[in-house]
Amino acid sequence: MIVVWLILTLFVGGALAWASELMDSRLPRVTALLAMLVSLALVLWLYWSSAPAPLSPGGQWLVFEKWPWVERFGIHLQVGVDGFSLLMLLLTVFLGLMATGAAWHEITERSGFFYFNLLWTLAGVVGVFTALDLFLFFFFWEVMLIPMYLIIAIWGHENRAYAAMKFFVFTQVSGLILLIAILCLAYFHSVQFGRFSFDYFELQSVVLEGRFQMLVMLGFFIGFATKLPAFPLHSWLPDAHSQAPTAGSVLLAGVLLKTGAYGLIRFAVPLFPEASANFAPVAMTIAVIGILYCAKLAFAQTDIKRLIAYTSVSHMGFVLLGVYAWNLYGLQGALMTMLAHGLTSSALFMLAGGLQHRFHTRDMGKLSGLWAQLPKMSAMALFFSIAALGMPGLGNFIGEFLSLLGAFQVNRVATIFAALGLIFASVYSLWVIQRVFHGEFKVPGHGHDQGGHDGQENDLSATELICYGAMAIGLVWMGMYPQTFLALSEPTMTFLLESLDGLVSSTALVGEVLP
Amino acid sequence: MPSIPYEHGLILAAILFVCGLVGVLTRRNIVFVLMSLEIMLNACGLAFVVASARWGHADGQIMFLMILTLAAAEVAVGLGLIIQMYRRFHTVDISVLNEMKG
Amino acid sequence: MLDWIGLLPVFPSAGFLALVLTRGRLPRRIAGIIGVGSVALSFLLAAVISVEFLNSGLESHTQVLWVWMSVGNFSPGFSFYLDGLTVVMLLIITGVGFLIHLYSTGFMADDPGFARFFGYMNLFIASMLVLVLADNLVLLYLGWEGVGLCSYLLIGFWYTNPANGYAARKAFVVTRVGDTSMAIGLFLLFSQLGTLNIQEILTVAPLQWSSGSGVAVAAAALLLGGAVGKSAQLPLQTWLPDAMAGPTPISALIHAATMVTAGVYLIARAHVLFELAPSVQLLVAFVGLLTLLMAGFTALTQRDIKRILAYSTVSQIGYMFLALGVGAWSAAVFHLMTHAFFKALLFLAAGTVILSLHHEHDIFRMGGMRKKLPLAFWSFIIGSAALTALPFTSGFYSKDAILLAALEQPQYGMLLWLGGVLGAFLTAVYSFRLVFVVFFGEQHVDAEQQQIHGHDDHHHGPVHEITGFAMAAPLVILAVLSVIGGLISVPVENVFGAHEEPHASTLIHGFMIAVPIIGVLISYLLYSGVKQGASLQQMLSSVRASKIGSALNRFWFSGWGMDTLYDTLFVKPFVALAHVNRRDLIDQFYGLLAALVRIGNQAVVLTQTGYLRWYAISLIGGLVIVIGIGVWA
Repeated sequence: MIVVWLILTLFVGGALAWASELMDSRLPRVTALLAMLVSLALVLWLYWSSAPAPLSPGGQWLVFEKWPWVERFGIHLQVGVDGFSLLMLLLTVFLGLMATGAAWHEITERSGFFYFNLLWTLAGVVGVFTALDLFLFFFFWEVMLIPMYLIIAIWGHENRAYAAMKFFVFTQVSGLILLIAILCLAYFHSVQFGRFSFDYFELQSVVLEGRFQMLVMLGFFIGFATKLPAFPLHSWLPDAHSQAPTAGSVLLAGVLLKTGAYGLIRFAVPLFPEASANFAPVAMTIAVIGILYCAKLAFAQTDIKRLIAYTSVSHMGFVLLGVYAWNLYGLQGALMTMLAHGLTSSALFMLAGGLQHRFHTRDMGKLSGLWAQLPKMSAMALFFSIAALGMPGLGNFIGEFLSLLGAFQVNRVATIFAALGLIFASVYSLWVIQRVFHGEFKVPGHGHDQGGHDGQENDLSATELICYGAMAIGLVWMGMYPQTFLALSEPTMTFLLESLDGLVSSTALVGEVLP
Repeated sequence: MPSIPYEHGLILAAILFVCGLVGVLTRRNIVFVLMSLEIMLNACGLAFVVASARWGHADGQIMFLMILTLAAAEVAVGLGLIIQMYRRFHTVDISVLNEMKG
Repeated sequence: MLDWIGLLPVFPSAGFLALVLTRGRLPRRIAGIIGVGSVALSFLLAAVISVEFLNSGLESHTQVLWVWMSVGNFSPGFSFYLDGLTVVMLLIITGVGFLIHLYSTGFMADDPGFARFFGYMNLFIASMLVLVLADNLVLLYLGWEGVGLCSYLLIGFWYTNPANGYAARKAFVVTRVGDTSMAIGLFLLFSQLGTLNIQEILTVAPLQWSSGSGVAVAAAALLLGGAVGKSAQLPLQTWLPDAMAGPTPISALIHAATMVTAGVYLIARAHVLFELAPSVQLLVAFVGLLTLLMAGFTALTQRDIKRILAYSTVSQIGYMFLALGVGAWSAAVFHLMTHAFFKALLFLAAGTVILSLHHEHDIFRMGGMRKKLPLAFWSFIIGSAALTALPFTSGFYSKDAILLAALEQPQYGMLLWLGGVLGAFLTAVYSFRLVFVVFFGEQHVDAEQQQIHGHDDHHHGPVHEITGFAMAAPLVILAVLSVIGGLISVPVENVFGAHEEPHASTLIHGFMIAVPIIGVLISYLLYSGVKQGASLQQMLSSVRASKIGSALNRFWFSGWGMDTLYDTLFVKPFVALAHVNRRDLIDQFYGLLAALVRIGNQAVVLTQTGYLRWYAISLIGGLVIVIGIGVWA
């Protein structure tokens, strides 16, 4: 039941936040904060009370529940949480808290509706991370989309309508392709077993013939790769991220992107092992192109949020690489990259949002030398940039290192090219630091000779410090003792690998490409 | 009583319908458009009555009653709209009201 | 006590955290005490541990702190490994590091970023300790990147000047190229050997790979890539001279004594891999040789006191690479140690000169400082003597060992030896050129002072030596070490196996002693302004005035044009490409799709006229068509 409680908390909390605006315009944020804290408590409780649920297939599920919904089409309310989902849930509620913190002072208009959308997006994400029925999964997949569209369209920056529409069209079209693929799978289940089913476990036994399996798999892949986003489908992301309000960017970069990666690991590969094995080289090539191409694009940007957005695409390339390496190193690396990137990109977006809030510009050319005036903020920016470029000792390194380590076992050439991304990452990260935080002090609207005394007042507030501090601690934890996280997801990953081992032993994902 | 051949009734209905249609298409005064619509409705009603007489079945008559009420309702709403329109635009020329083009 | 090695990096890390989290609100005194004290504690602990370890007769000691990550077979630990080589490195890092920290309290006394400076320095010491203590390559990589980060932070320490930021980024990115090569090397080693534990690799590799096999060569070459990046060897040496933008103690600590020798440490640590790949090992030797010659020629032409020392560092590390390349592992480590002493001494003395002359870097605007700056003068004399390898200084023993080992190399021994000797000659010339120009001759600064007096130019005050205990004590200690350091024997026999002492004839020995002395003499005649050297000085200026001479001078001065080369080869194309495609072609493609849809929309919109009769006609027309189809179809 706890999963249901979690989702309900977010849904009801959202509704309450909206309603509470009638009483006081400051109430919604408090309501949202409470709802987030309750969900965090629920997830933590789930974490500490976790013992494998007895009835679960595969044995790695901590929570496993199933109720009938639309019996006629074999649709169930089937949810499950394993270590992998649990980590994703932790990330979701944690970043939800951060997003609430980011919105705390930024959102002043129609705040009730804003927090409603925020919480409903999160509810959708929680649903996506727990649903084990593909119909239910798709339902939540859509639930998280529309509130996010509204967040961008209503509270976004100057070009919000365009960005929101682009976001909506990309995700909706890819979502429909995903839906068609899901329906195909359910239909073939009815052909082969005499009844419809959307059950994740039952669908794994559907046998599709070679080329057709590839087509259906591509449907899943496109659905998830758009969200990830992978290389040629990434172009919605820079617009959406740069136009969204800070909290929106945090959710988009930190959480929504991860649903794509989650979908790939949970559904796209396990449901279509042979097709995925055949597709792996292509996917890895896409990943490498994405890493390098978007790193290069990031370097050329002047809009700081756009730059961070492109780096997100670049980093998600490592996830894609790790997933399609499909060995333990790659999967665990992808997982760690997801977690760490969730924190770093969120923090960087919050910093960019903070800059915009203070100086009303996102143009790096107009800012310079902030270190002198905003030392705390600059130090945080330095920290998270360093994390983003993959400094060992921080979470991103573990993720990227393991991804590459896993990918190297399978595809050496791709890995070597992907590793070049590490160099590019240092180029653009340090470039931002140089442009914005080093050099002579300059901000729009002020002369060069601004007195030092009022500069410091603009520096991070206590709320912001707490948020950044929490994320920084998280990154150090991931970097110094990733075992906490790796151990939790290891049963899932091993199970996924083992269950596929028999199926694809002929066209092994692992080792075949090695000379 | 010599019955009127039902074809005659149907032809009359068709003529009335076409008259109404031409009125709808050519008139610019919205009052006349509304009247033409009424003619078209009544043409349909006549066709129902004729058909019901032909088959000796009461459904057509009932249908005519429904059309009658419908027409009444339509006139009520339509006239209201026309008055509103006149108040707002000071005209009854429907060609002026083409704001909804794409 | 051996179990306490885990504490070594903890002290400086704690110092770093304390200094960074308080953000400079601590009084300078306390900040200084924390900064210096944490390294002092590490040094004391390192000393105690080293003594105990060396007395215990153990070959090595491993201390597992915790399992870092465990994924399948891959489970590198946060575990430290202690052996003779580590002991040497530990003592150099903490010892020299402590002295430089102490010196910095004087050097940086007036800097607004005092606490930040010590915070970064402490982080550097911690990372460097992790680097040398790591028992697996992943942990080593952590330290490796950590020191790179600190190097970046400290080169760009005076961040308001964009040139410093550029130098810092250049240092980071160029070394990262090497680091990436090293990371790929790690992947390769793991996929082939199934472990990244250094000792396991060293045991397993010879069993699995035959000497000279492709994998062994690839692995060694990839590690070499990392080493040349960090140690500023060809072809990745370009960052080090620019790195001199940082405060001088940083140049002493990071860019002379410790970090840049990490590459040497890595190769020495992984020596078995290089022995398995003789071609790569030979490459190491030639990389070292070429670098030392190139840097030597470049140093001859530089005017900036720190750049001269930077090129000399590049050149000395070239000697270490040469030693590694000919398999003289312990000679390389020995030279690493002596170099740490005398180069730190030289840099700190240079720092004193620079500070006393109000941040003057150009040696030709100094001169005659012998009387004004006695401590710096004597430090320079001792340091340069050691650098030049004059007899009975520490550098003499270590360079001697390297050159003799180079001579032993079976194939190219003579060539390597001659190159090394030529390098030693260059070293003598350029290092004493520095000494003679700065400390002898006329006093340019004061003369200039009088010329521009009243014209209140930036920073010329009266010249007086800035010392004080904090700055003088390190100089004295390092000077003593530079002299007697050659008597210390590095306890690395257990690491590299016993190595027979190379023997050479007296002739060769004499030659090797004579060459530097000749170099010093030439330098004396050329640069100290004595009359006896007038003809020689004239010859030099005529050569310099000639076409070839000036071209060569410019070529050497620019560091052999490597910066320009990389700029046109990599940087400019990348920037151009990035700017050409700033708007993202892929996005344009989707923009095209959207535009097409919009055109289609406009076409359909034409049918929406807004006239009621148009809609009625189309309605009826449609009806007719549908009925028609229904009737006739």
